[in-house]
Amino acid sequence: MNSRVALTTIVLREVLRFLRIWLQTLLPPVVVTSLYFIIFGNLIGPRIGSMAGYGYNEFIMPGLVMMAVITNSYSNVVSSFYSAKFHRSIEEMLVSPMPNYIILLGYTLGGVARGLMVGLLVMGVALFFTELRVEHPWVTVSIVLLTAALFSIGGFINAIFARSFDDISIVPTFVLTPLTYLGGVFYSIDMLSPLWRQLSLANPILYMVNGFRYGILGTADIGIGTAIGLIMALLVLLFLLALWLLEKGTGIRS
Amino acid sequence: MTRALTIRNLRKTYANGFEALKGIDLEVEQGAFVALLGPNGAGKSTTIGIINSLVNKTSGRVEVFGMDIDRQRAQAKSCLGLVPQEFNFNIFEPVEEIVINQAGYYGIPRREAVARAAVALKRLGLWEKRRGAARELSGGMKRRLMIARALVHQPRLLILDEPTAGVDIEIRRSMWEFMTEVNRSGTTIILTTHYLEEAESLCERVAIINKGRIVEQGLVSELIGKLDMETFIFNVRDPLTEAPVLGNHVVRLLDSRTLEVEISRQRPLNELFERMTALGIQVLSMRNKANRLEELFLHLVNDSR
Repeated sequence: MNSRVALTTIVLREVLRFLRIWLQTLLPPVVVTSLYFIIFGNLIGPRIGSMAGYGYNEFIMPGLVMMAVITNSYSNVVSSFYSAKFHRSIEEMLVSPMPNYIILLGYTLGGVARGLMVGLLVMGVALFFTELRVEHPWVTVSIVLLTAALFSIGGFINAIFARSFDDISIVPTFVLTPLTYLGGVFYSIDMLSPLWRQLSLANPILYMVNGFRYGILGTADIGIGTAIGLIMALLVLLFLLALWLLEKGTGIRS
Repeated sequence: MTRALTIRNLRKTYANGFEALKGIDLEVEQGAFVALLGPNGAGKSTTIGIINSLVNKTSGRVEVFGMDIDRQRAQAKSCLGLVPQEFNFNIFEPVEEIVINQAGYYGIPRREAVARAAVALKRLGLWEKRRGAARELSGGMKRRLMIARALVHQPRLLILDEPTAGVDIEIRRSMWEFMTEVNRSGTTIILTTHYLEEAESLCERVAIINKGRIVEQGLVSELIGKLDMETFIFNVRDPLTEAPVLGNHVVRLLDSRTLEVEISRQRPLNELFERMTALGIQVLSMRNKANRLEELFLHLVNDSR
């Protein structure tokens, strides 16, 4: 059994899937981000002035890129894996000799690929509104890769438990979106009262947005070591959880 | 020689408490063409699901070519090909991609997978449709796509779960020829079907499962030999008003010109004709009510109720 071939097959299939339906997968984040830049950056931003010493467009850009990466990595895997359950095409993989970790890795890399592609497109849009300079390239790349992988696995776990298409939209709508908006995309947590500042520190997305902002702008509300450590810890934890669920056959085997 | 499939005391109880399998023992020799028969809900699909790792067993042991599906899962799975009862592919994916990807899941490099997919699709008459999405295929074509997909990694044991359900007679016959050809090339085949004439004409061995238990298994010819009664339908020339008394045979009048008679296989038919002749009944034609395997099947299934 050649696991590398099996992994490549899943990743290629996943990439072709989101490219085939680019109108649903790649275009919407570009449109939405453009609107954010026009409304928050160009119309409201000048009234806000500078944020943490940067123009408002410049300040929100890393957060908007991260928001797109998080949302798209998650939704790519949750919708693809749940569809495979729904169509029962998941059985094509379950009957094959490939190990479960390859299935999980394949979907995760598919989600990372879409997250990265959308992130690059959003960055491309951002260039129309602000300058792009990357202060710490390795931090930028590491944070974006780890975050995309983390939310891909999150989407995978959501899909394992999902029993209807409604179930795959609950977490993005009621958990991911609020946490992202409250994760310092549009503001610095230094602006908040001590209580809300402390509460914000419990939001893991804050560390991802700020970690990425540190990579791009060189400034952040939290320590970069803490951000990378937290993301890696969550990544390992969710990977092991997802693998355990797959081995057990939760949601996929009766 | 190692058996293609060995099942020992296989049990499955679902989470809702339903006991689908109550201790199944089954053996399939290499190169055999075996029919697994049973009424709906008998446990056929659960058994197939367990063999293919789609259903978790409660207890028991399954070996594929001597390899335990728990301890040597990957090696056992490499030998298996499954054509399930229900369509289980992504209907939005192109036909060719479905087959190529399946080969990829078995570790076959893409270049070789493309070549194998081409062979399988041509063999099953799907080559012209390879670029279209699977949803554009007819019902019969979708079944053939699942066969092509199951064969692309060249399995040693092919399991077909009602492969001809819902396809027209012409396609069914061509699929029969195809399955026979695959079996002759050395592939062991297990077939479940509701068409008992299909099982009788294709398979040399049969296992009948009912309510989670194997109620009979062996050579088709031997099992049919165990039938002690056969039912015949007679079309008579002159209308009858009531069922005639023909010795101790069970006779039913289906309509004024049609008689159904149960006859012991030990007794010659001449005796029956003599009695009919004595009563002035002239027979225009006669036929078996059901094929012999069907009769045996009904007999066994009704017995275990």
